[in-house]
Amino acid sequence: MTDLAPTANPVDLVAPERGGRSGWVFAALTVLRGLLSLVLIVVLGFFLFRVLPGDPVRAMTRDRPGDPASLARLRAEFGLDRPLWEQFVDHIGDLLHGDLGTSYQFKQPVTDLILGRLGPTVLLTGTALVLAVGIGLWAGSRAAWRHGSTFDRLMTSTALVLWSVPTFWLGLIVLLVFAVGLDLFPTAGMTSPGGVPGFAGVLDVAHHLVLPCLTMVAVVYAQYLMVMRSSLLEEMSADYLTTARAKGLRDNVVRRRHAIPNALLPTITIIFLNVGMVVAGAVTVETVFSWPGLGLLTYQALAVPDLPLLQGTLITLSAAVVIMNVIADLLYRLVDPRVRTA
Amino acid sequence: MSVAADRRRVALRSFARGYLSHRAGVAGLVVLAVAVLVAVLAPMLVPAAMLSVVDAGGPVLAPPGRGGLLGTDENGRSVLALTLVGTRVSLVVGIAATLLSVLFGSLVGMLAAHFGRIVSAILMVITDFFLVLPSLVLAIVLSTVLDRGLVTIVLAIGVTSWASTARLVRAQTLAVEARPYIERAAVLGGGHAHILGKHVLPAVAPLVLANTTLTVGSAIIAESTLSFLGLGDPGSISWGAMLRSAVESGAITAGAWWYLLPPGLAIVAVVLGFTLCGRALEVQLNPALAAKA
Repeated sequence: MTDLAPTANPVDLVAPERGGRSGWVFAALTVLRGLLSLVLIVVLGFFLFRVLPGDPVRAMTRDRPGDPASLARLRAEFGLDRPLWEQFVDHIGDLLHGDLGTSYQFKQPVTDLILGRLGPTVLLTGTALVLAVGIGLWAGSRAAWRHGSTFDRLMTSTALVLWSVPTFWLGLIVLLVFAVGLDLFPTAGMTSPGGVPGFAGVLDVAHHLVLPCLTMVAVVYAQYLMVMRSSLLEEMSADYLTTARAKGLRDNVVRRRHAIPNALLPTITIIFLNVGMVVAGAVTVETVFSWPGLGLLTYQALAVPDLPLLQGTLITLSAAVVIMNVIADLLYRLVDPRVRTA
Repeated sequence: MSVAADRRRVALRSFARGYLSHRAGVAGLVVLAVAVLVAVLAPMLVPAAMLSVVDAGGPVLAPPGRGGLLGTDENGRSVLALTLVGTRVSLVVGIAATLLSVLFGSLVGMLAAHFGRIVSAILMVITDFFLVLPSLVLAIVLSTVLDRGLVTIVLAIGVTSWASTARLVRAQTLAVEARPYIERAAVLGGGHAHILGKHVLPAVAPLVLANTTLTVGSAIIAESTLSFLGLGDPGSISWGAMLRSAVESGAITAGAWWYLLPPGLAIVAVVLGFTLCGRALEVQLNPALAAKA
């Protein structure tokens, strides 16, 4: 799931190809690759739900075996009795119209459900990501600069332990301690029952946001810390730092102005590449804290199983991750002149 | 004994010495040894009656003390017994899924590096696709669509986690194949299978081993997450499934910390064990890292 081990060198995995192509060609190729991935997602989504053993109807009726007649009726209702290619063409046509089908359990268009849950997920993952990146980069660069110090050892071991903690369990413990034990925060949801108007409503959402956000930050920041640390360590033996020191620059300036900007580059790519991990975190964190976002929607879909809904969240979440990665590739080239000219 | 075997034995001994000087690595190894021992001995340590919902007969959701050493669950079963037994599924699924993922990833990586542009391009597009996809979501879909069971979980985790191994192996294979001895082997008439099997594989294997150890940790977390979400094998006891029943039986509102802590801490300990071992192996195999660790 979490693909990158803390020690894995980010540069090995993600270094974009360095070619003499012009910027526009590169941008076009990157976007094209992204589009190809989107197509692959759609194809994968379609066939996963239809070709694998146990067609959707069988999965739906797993716990309550129905008679053959009602099964056939269900198949006809979802168009499963028609040839596969016909279904596929229909599916593509629907997708292009933004139609992801109708949810079995909510009896609503999947697109509407997903759009309605998008806001809370963006709020939660966005806040958590900003905090995790901030804390991770700050602590990582400090740990690398004071390499071998108590701070470094403390940070590295905390990161290692947090990396080994399942997100959902950390959420349960946080819930147990802060919401039930100390009764400081609400246990579930995004707003208090009945809703609170005006500015108090914003505070109410913030109050609900604290625990899920804390859990996500704890699990995600460790990765950024390790990447930033190893990336800065890589830079630290570079000659230009010695030159900067020889010029008489203070240690702090050498670090802030010279070392960190260079070490940040691989880190940026990792931040975007790991959006998939953040999405995984969202599924479990939202499930544990009943945060009404896409993650909880995924959980509600798998519990039934509500296949059109599950397919919709799969496509949405994967597409979001692919788009973030295209942005990362473009950004990387923009901020790192070495990649452009090499 | 041949010269090569002698040389290998010496290398292995110095490798072991180096590894043992790595304190965290040894600690990880000890944790894993204990976990394996528990997994093997679990049927002897825990009689089947203790795991039966009907026969366990302890007090319901009782704290440590009244409910035995680590308290009881909502069916009056000992949490300690359940945690010990849960080791089996976590280890077996974690290792099996990793083997699947690493074997497939290595194969794709080696083929992508060895064969020319078109094969390589196609394989890498697929690899990059899987590298980017949110693997947990894909694993959720796979385990929902397929029939519930341990095999499904292994498949779901294996299929969604091979891409980073493929990347790593491809890079390493490219580096190895650029060396003159590969060219020599090809000139002397070595076929693809010979070059990949006899020359590339031994050179790539150590790195893959370190990567494997790290992957097991992720696989165990993935297994517990899927089981927690209710996608596990309903017939077997695992740490993730325990935590699911804990939540479903209201252990959180009841403040039943003894039901939530043992399975979670067990996951953390085992995953940390694999991570520490993997890092120690990596440092041994790649001395450049030692300076940084």
